Amino acid sequence: MNETHDISPSDDAIRTELEQWLQDNWSPDRSLLEWRNILVDGGWAATGWPVEYFGRGFDREQVNLVHNIFREQGAVGAASIGPRRLASETILAMGNDDQKRRYLRPILTGEHAWCQLFSEPGSGSDLAGLSTKAELIDGRWIINGQKVWNTSAHHADYGILVARTNWDIPKHQGISYFLIDMHQPGVEVRPLKQMNGHASFNEVFMTDAVVPAEDLVGGEGNGWAVATTTLSYERRGAAPTLSVESSPEQPRQGLVYDEYRKELEIANEPYTWYPQRQGRVDLVMSRAKETGAISDPAVRQEMAKLFCLSKGAVLASQAAESKRKSGSNEIVPAGSIGKLAASVIARQAAHVHTMISGADAMLSGPDTAAQGMIAEVLISVPAISIAGGTDEIQRNIISERVLGMPKEQRSDTGPYRDIKRNT
Amino acid sequence: MQTEFTEDQDQFREIVSRFLQDKSQPIEVRRLLETESGFDPEVWRQLCEEVGLAGTHIPEAFGGFGFGPVELGIAAEEMGRHLYCGPFFSSSVMAANALLNCATDNHKAKILPGVALGTTLATLVLDSLNSPAQIGKTLQVDQGLLRGHAGLVLDAHIADLMIVIANSTDGLGLYAVAAGSLGITIEPLQTLDPTRKISRVKFDEVSVEVIGAVTDETLNKTWDSICVALAHEMIGGAQHLLETTIEYTKLRYQFGRPIGSFQALKHRCADLLMEVEIAKAATHHAARCLAAGEGEPYAASMAKALASDTYMKAAKEAIQLRGGIGFTWEEDTQLWYKRAKSSEVFMGAPNLHRERMISMMERQA
Repeated sequence: MNETHDISPSDDAIRTELEQWLQDNWSPDRSLLEWRNILVDGGWAATGWPVEYFGRGFDREQVNLVHNIFREQGAVGAASIGPRRLASETILAMGNDDQKRRYLRPILTGEHAWCQLFSEPGSGSDLAGLSTKAELIDGRWIINGQKVWNTSAHHADYGILVARTNWDIPKHQGISYFLIDMHQPGVEVRPLKQMNGHASFNEVFMTDAVVPAEDLVGGEGNGWAVATTTLSYERRGAAPTLSVESSPEQPRQGLVYDEYRKELEIANEPYTWYPQRQGRVDLVMSRAKETGAISDPAVRQEMAKLFCLSKGAVLASQAAESKRKSGSNEIVPAGSIGKLAASVIARQAAHVHTMISGADAMLSGPDTAAQGMIAEVLISVPAISIAGGTDEIQRNIISERVLGMPKEQRSDTGPYRDIKRNT
Repeated sequence: MQTEFTEDQDQFREIVSRFLQDKSQPIEVRRLLETESGFDPEVWRQLCEEVGLAGTHIPEAFGGFGFGPVELGIAAEEMGRHLYCGPFFSSSVMAANALLNCATDNHKAKILPGVALGTTLATLVLDSLNSPAQIGKTLQVDQGLLRGHAGLVLDAHIADLMIVIANSTDGLGLYAVAAGSLGITIEPLQTLDPTRKISRVKFDEVSVEVIGAVTDETLNKTWDSICVALAHEMIGGAQHLLETTIEYTKLRYQFGRPIGSFQALKHRCADLLMEVEIAKAATHHAARCLAAGEGEPYAASMAKALASDTYMKAAKEAIQLRGGIGFTWEEDTQLWYKRAKSSEVFMGAPNLHRERMISMMERQA
């Protein structure tokens, strides 16, 4: 026996303990909330978090193992999908003890849904140029302004909010980060319909909305650093959704499954068209064969260009990932390059789908090609090069941080009040 | 299948890179491209004896180092980066790959050790550098005598040995003939890329030795192996162009600021980096597929198509972003530009490879 105790348990130990615990506690007949409370108390809801806050301090591989065991056993995990994860990770990283105690648990149990209140009509790419105002009046923050592109805000109980608390210093320094209760008279949520007909986002209007003083995160004027933390989690992409179904034909039976499916349906609803905005490369070969376009040499060339790009981009991101793992000092530009490549791929895919469909591309709806998915591709692809940072912003990031090219000259360095902005 | 380079492979790259850094500076490239032979025999000797590059991928049983397509790729990538001038591609890549894939063991044992040592300069004679489907249309062997001509033969003017793929009544075959044999006429041609020496070779009833059969499968595998090494050479060149162009935009001032601070240029550089990273990943992947004998059957064509387009894009951008100076003879960019153009159409233009790729995918799906 080794004398020094390794505080990190082995994979086998994790498996043994978790399987035993699930055997003792898991039951599909509980309500979702009842089960999640047991899950949190048992310490299996967020194993990657620190021990003091519901977790076990597991590393990424260990967390994946836990996910796999849940999947094998068909057990439902903690609520994690959508903006609530951005909120929980940010609170965990930058919140104070009181905030962590109050907010993290109901996120894990799914009692509280969250939304992100960052972008504004007047500040899209230039997030730090935001002009929503927060004023401290009688010990409470009073919020006035408008936010936009707020996924799931219509279902949200709370929001993570950035607002300006000081107008007389440079723009990044005058921003503060708040946790706001969405259920109050000063907050109005309106759906925002996109050009493809879906309404995945909202506009949020705040008129004398109130945030208690204790819900300021990271201190007054430190909002930009806190927001950067949120954005880094956003860039890392969505956490894998834990599917509990063993097969699509035979949905699992039990109250907890019914409630979980409903939760997933609501949480996933804004994202149903996301595969289409990526171009549906997976449908290209079958569509080309089905329409006979496969025999057109010009189509074949464009198809091959698409497959070269999409396969090459996967290989490039794998190469970046193994470099990251090996601890290479070389700057691995995976994120921004991958995002830029996704735009190029989506546009090329839409181009190829158009060539394949020909005049039939004039139609849309469920009776058209691939149950309407091709039409949805054609009117959804413009989103990919905008959402989550435009291609132009990605190119700035790549050229400055990876290639080390000089920064563009700025005209927004003085006090925020003096900067020209949208009115 | 391998998904990343091993430490040994990284070290090997470092050794090759250091050698070429020392021996293949642009000033040396410029000196050699003016010469008739196009290479420095002393540097070639060192490359073979000290670094052992000529036999990189040739099995130990045949006098080589027994590494594979991945290491061959590393060597080619570094050579492309430094625009190395010498018979490596014609002899070690083209001729050796044809021998490895098509020759009998007996003939491999006879010929490959000299190629691996670099003492035999071999070249591969193909009657088409456009497509494997065109091979054997003009070169014919009848009763041991080779007739016909090959319009484009790499390094024929310095070769000791010609490895020929030609047709006969028995189908395609691999043949060997000493370059000085009676009936062979070698006519050096003016090349667009002066670092790549090409000749027209005529065969007038030349007595040749049959050294192997060439099937559809071995022909395509030979073609693929050469394309993968060529793709490495191209991504090496593309990386060099990207890096030097970025440096230039940081140093060049106009309107009171480095031109690299203008978004119009930064965004083009970012796009180029993305394309280079994709082509590089696809090319490294293609070598690993060859080494493992698995993976997508079209990996080589995908690599060649991507590398061709990316190298040309890098070359065009390298000149455009330099402005007027980029178009001068003195500026070194033109050397890589010409190599990029020449490589684009060498062993199949991108269109050929894209078509090849789609037909393979179509059959697969």
